Amino acid sequence: MRRNVRITFGVIVLLAIFSLVTVWPHNPDKYIPGGAAFPQGSGIHIKIGDWTFDRGPFKLGLDLVGGTHLLLQSDMSKVAASDQPSALSGLIQVIGRRINQYGVSEPVIQAQGADRVIVELPGVKNVEQAISLIGQTAQMDFREQVVNKDTGATEWVVAKVKGSDGQDHELTGQYFKRADVGFDQTTGAPKILFQFNDDGAKMFQEITTRNMYKPVGIFLDNQPISTPTVQGVISNQGEITGRFTLDEAKNLVIQMNAGALPVPVKVIEQRDVDATLGSDSVARSIIAGEIGMAIVVLFMVIYYRLPGVLASGALGVYTLLAMAEFKLIPVTLTLAGIAGFILSIGMAVDANILIFERMREEMRAGKTLGAAIDAGFDRAWSSIRDSNISTLITCAILFWFGSNYGASLVMGFALTLGLGVITSMFSAITVTRTFLRMLVSTGLATSSWLFGLEKPAHPTSAAASQESRG
Amino acid sequence: MMLDIVGKRYYFFLLSLLILIPGVISLALPGGLRPGIDFASGSIMTVHFDKVVDQSELRSEFTPLGHPEVMVQRSGSEAGAESGSTFIVRTYPLKAEQKDESGKVTASSERQNVDDALKARFGNMQVLSFDSVSPLIASEIVRNAVIAVIAASAGILLYIAYAFRRVKKSFRWGTCAVIALVHDALVVLGVFSLLGRLFDVEVDAMFITAVMTIIGFSVHDTIVVFDRVRENYGRRVGDRLENIVNHSIMQTMARSLNTSLTVVLVLVALYLFGGVTIRTFVMALLIGIVTGTYSSIFVAASLLVVWENNELNAGWKRLFGGRTQAKVAS
Repeated sequence: MRRNVRITFGVIVLLAIFSLVTVWPHNPDKYIPGGAAFPQGSGIHIKIGDWTFDRGPFKLGLDLVGGTHLLLQSDMSKVAASDQPSALSGLIQVIGRRINQYGVSEPVIQAQGADRVIVELPGVKNVEQAISLIGQTAQMDFREQVVNKDTGATEWVVAKVKGSDGQDHELTGQYFKRADVGFDQTTGAPKILFQFNDDGAKMFQEITTRNMYKPVGIFLDNQPISTPTVQGVISNQGEITGRFTLDEAKNLVIQMNAGALPVPVKVIEQRDVDATLGSDSVARSIIAGEIGMAIVVLFMVIYYRLPGVLASGALGVYTLLAMAEFKLIPVTLTLAGIAGFILSIGMAVDANILIFERMREEMRAGKTLGAAIDAGFDRAWSSIRDSNISTLITCAILFWFGSNYGASLVMGFALTLGLGVITSMFSAITVTRTFLRMLVSTGLATSSWLFGLEKPAHPTSAAASQESRG
Repeated sequence: MMLDIVGKRYYFFLLSLLILIPGVISLALPGGLRPGIDFASGSIMTVHFDKVVDQSELRSEFTPLGHPEVMVQRSGSEAGAESGSTFIVRTYPLKAEQKDESGKVTASSERQNVDDALKARFGNMQVLSFDSVSPLIASEIVRNAVIAVIAASAGILLYIAYAFRRVKKSFRWGTCAVIALVHDALVVLGVFSLLGRLFDVEVDAMFITAVMTIIGFSVHDTIVVFDRVRENYGRRVGDRLENIVNHSIMQTMARSLNTSLTVVLVLVALYLFGGVTIRTFVMALLIGIVTGTYSSIFVAASLLVVWENNELNAGWKRLFGGRTQAKVAS
């Protein structure tokens, strides 16, 4: 028994050290506001053979780093129902490429439901420009290489064909019908099959004729997506072969179809936060969390004495573990998410309070210290389990509610609170119990005063706590 | 110290009603809750001027921009508010840039127009935050919020019925817990309805999040009391339910108050020192946590006694000339 306690204690210490290493800030000054004696540290990067452990900073949400969150509604009215999923992924690729050109670091572009796209742009200054860029309709055209007479360099020029009206027409996405993935019958290699409409077929026939054995470029938003070399005259149907992987072929098909049938989008939700407001929020939340935790520790120590000290130690382990989880999973921290975490610090000691109250009762009923500890934990367990599950149910439903329209605030809150509740069950039960048992086994803690058991301890302290609630 | 909470249950029910009635009336009247842009759609921006700017001058600046409906509120203690002035500006959704088929701009972005006009009029300006929600998504958020609250209540009811399945009529326990959580949600909704009428406090998606957290916390507290009742039920066979429940409430009282206290302390720290943007959210949580603790001590388990003793039926008969004796179950 005692051996088991020691092993558990060792595991807890190792976990705590691992978590501390994981969450240690690169710039502690920023997170441990002035005055606190906290040593400098720059994080740890472990490398064992090929395995590396590189601990980056926390992932902070847009409301903390500053940036723009956009929810785009696509207009799929012109797209056949069966093509809508691929049209949406085409749209996401088109938006993604434009944002990359715009030079945003770590953008998020993801589908939301069947016809919406979430776009998150951290640190964008000129939001209106970014929106205008994203909102453009995709432009596909076919180009041929021409030697520039002045510079002598070859450049891509949109292929033009004289139409029946005598005017030059550019071969653009409007003449393109669709692309599909096909497979070579002998080698089984993936290839791209594409079709033009009637006008397009005539134009492409002329273009392939004059560019035989030369490359023709397929451009989307002025960027080449494929530059195959013409191997024969193509009119309404053609194929592109090459060393594609299946994914590359699929990807190219999605992009070509996105150019052929552009899907218009409009912004239906926009949330911008200035970076200064974001960093101010981070600093304030950290101060609030530190003060909140200090008050909880003070309360626990004064009210429960020795067990309170141990519970505070467990709360420290809890804070480290939860933060390590946020970093490793990783959880994108938002202002509401941090609030959820701070709230969970207050709730994390709930299980301890339940257990300690029960211990006091059992000791008052005449049990020995060791027996009272065991009884306290055993009897309080069903309450802790049932009550925490109800909070977890709420968190799960909140997460669903938030994810339904991409509300990162609501999701962040539900996620950190839920993770906090699960982690606190471990810290309040396993960690506190191990600490208590270690201490009892030393024989140092035998005084009932240390456990808050002077007579008549319970009624006066209960009355005091009622008064302090005002 | 043994308080007879269950014995005085009807006084506590009366107290609950007194707190609930003004809020519920305010909720039921037209314009019960002031919907924020999440539910009503619109744009809301926090702007900071380096200069000191007059509120009415700022408001009048929006009429020529096509937004006479603008609401301007002075805001303090945001980042960089040491000098100059900060305002929260609420309008109908600001339209994005409009283009025709050929990609020519037919109407410039309203947001940009506002930016330009305010800068020209009041000098250097910084948009600290900008939120815009279209009517399309707003109506969806409302629907999802309603579904979420109903789903959470139903989920909790089912879970309690399951957790207490060994108790006779466990469904009643679940129902009492749900009545207590509806009580807590109504108190918070009522208070915010009144705050909306008095101080223009708006409710948004974060408020719904707060209400759902309160629901979870309220049940959390109630379960601890019920769990004790369940335990004592088995030990004190033959005792009157009132006594068992009251004893259980007293045994869990210190825990209920202490847990609530630690959470309240943390929330107060968050309210006073945390970011301004989540202050309303934290306030909703604070009100709800206190109410949740009250309801778990004074309402939930007492309701169970009322139900198990069939007191409503007895009271009904007493009032309308049925049998005068109320039978007390053991």
